[in-house]
Amino acid sequence: MAAAEKPPVTGTGSAALDGALTWVDQRFPLISTWKAHLAEYYAPKNFNFWYYFGGLAMLVLGIQIVTGIFLTMNYKPDANLAFASVEYIMREVPGGWFIRYMHSTGASAFFICVYLHMFRALLYGSHRKPRELIWIFGVLIYLLLMGEAFFGYLLPWGQMSYWGAQVIINLFSAIPFIGPDLSLWIRGDYVISDATLNRFFALHVIALPLALLGLVMAHLLALHEVGSNNPDGIEISKHKDAKGVPLDGIPFHPYYTVKDILGVVVFLIVFSIIVFFTPEMGGYFLEYNNFVPADPLKTPAHIAPVWYFTPYYSILRGVPPMFNSQFPGVVAMGVSVMVLFALPWLDRSPVKSIRYRGPYFKGALAAFVVVFLILGYLGTETITVWGQFGPWLDNADRATVVARICTVVYFLFFFLMPWYTKVDKTKPEPERVTH
Amino acid sequence: MSDVKKVNKGRRNLVIASCAAGGAAGVAAAVPFAASWLPSERAKAGGAPVVADISTLKPGEMMTVEWRSKPVWIIRRTKEMLEGLARADAKVSDPKSDVPMQPEYAKNEYRSIKPELLVLVGICTHLGCSPQEKPAADKAEMGADWAGGFLCPCHGSKFDLAGRVYKGAPAPVNLEVPKYTYLSDTRILIGDDTKGA
Repeated sequence: MAAAEKPPVTGTGSAALDGALTWVDQRFPLISTWKAHLAEYYAPKNFNFWYYFGGLAMLVLGIQIVTGIFLTMNYKPDANLAFASVEYIMREVPGGWFIRYMHSTGASAFFICVYLHMFRALLYGSHRKPRELIWIFGVLIYLLLMGEAFFGYLLPWGQMSYWGAQVIINLFSAIPFIGPDLSLWIRGDYVISDATLNRFFALHVIALPLALLGLVMAHLLALHEVGSNNPDGIEISKHKDAKGVPLDGIPFHPYYTVKDILGVVVFLIVFSIIVFFTPEMGGYFLEYNNFVPADPLKTPAHIAPVWYFTPYYSILRGVPPMFNSQFPGVVAMGVSVMVLFALPWLDRSPVKSIRYRGPYFKGALAAFVVVFLILGYLGTETITVWGQFGPWLDNADRATVVARICTVVYFLFFFLMPWYTKVDKTKPEPERVTH
Repeated sequence: MSDVKKVNKGRRNLVIASCAAGGAAGVAAAVPFAASWLPSERAKAGGAPVVADISTLKPGEMMTVEWRSKPVWIIRRTKEMLEGLARADAKVSDPKSDVPMQPEYAKNEYRSIKPELLVLVGICTHLGCSPQEKPAADKAEMGADWAGGFLCPCHGSKFDLAGRVYKGAPAPVNLEVPKYTYLSDTRILIGDDTKGA
């Protein structure tokens, strides 16, 4: 038997523990997995602040799963009972408010971590060859996360839950020919109803979390296959010692596990402050209109999605209807997300990290960040927030014009990328990592 | 057998055929799952037509009835309101209602069977919010030449008193006129236009 030939586990300082671990290791790849993914997974030694967010996103995933499981124990996925069951959790279930606020804050925290994690990839070229698949798995995780957030937002059955879902499902109605039937199929009724709530609940608590966990696993396996990128965007595997260990690598455990503990502590301090003192975050994490039960006959005066969707919402709203159809806006919004998949191939720069990029890329990335934030802000407001231009611009809403300009810049960042990354004046990369 | 290098074509084909048959069965098995998302019999029954009693609706008034959980507005328009429609012709994007957002019998100047009585689905054709009534008196908010109509609170689409969308609004087409018919002078059936229903 091959398993029996494995050396016994030693060094825990306890003969009984050594024996127990040996027994397990001969029946399960315990030590080899531990080594491959932690103790002998060599990560570049120059990780910085930006490398906290992948691990933090996993922490938030854990928080969401645990708090989510406990919420389902009192939540009722029924149009007549859902709103009251959330209030019941908040007021009468011991600790219910804490679990629910952790879950609602966790949703926003998840997106904050994921956005910063993705921005890190853009900064240091972590999406570039040979890490394209890691990036693609990551974008899939991001898409599932959006679905998860959308389905979850319907569950409290408040006014924003209802009308937000109405707006999003109607996006599908705009698809030519199949649209109306498709949205009927998604809703399972002529309007958003109990049937819709019930199926969104199933998707939110079972289907998407399962897929999400699988994709996180694939994301990590792909990462550990090719090794981590670093702020210099160079491969540490090029310089190895006699044992094949990268000279610029350090074992993930204990070095980065200890570093990540610091990040976790700081994160949890901030997270706790929000959960305990400002769980609604001024209407950005929990919208005020969602404290009113869903009413299909009355639209709230102002409908806005939660902050993490607003950049795309601005793009949707900014594109004018063409050919009597809302479809072009829907396409623009879809493309604005899907274009992320193409990123590893759009970037033609000979260097990966922003440290060695030229002024074109730096300028383009800065412009992208600025327009993303402006679009995000405008998506939370009504289109009249900045008033109107004078008659010389046909009294157009200022916010709409700005959103349209930002939308164009957003797309130019991607579509011109093959050009500006290629002609950019880059600096030479170092042979070994720097700090 | 293991020293025979040649592939047994018969067995290979059997494997391929089995996989294809198994795959087809798998796809077929997905059909009932997808079908389970269609409206159930109960949901279909809930979508049945409704009857509205308009005997107490006075000129200039509006009432809302619920049909398929959507607000349906019934407005008894005054003479001034009907006259205001012609003045809006230049400002609305589809003055003649060419886009089929109404049954054939409502494709006319007033988008209704009887000129004064308008029946509309009160759901914005942009992204499904419910517009709010803005009477002609709301000139301060809606502009000096406002002749009455509706404003969608979500994205600012404006509609006149026939549900026609103003130019420059995000809504692409006019508000929908549902199928409806008069059961008598005071009773309207909404959701169906065959009297037998």
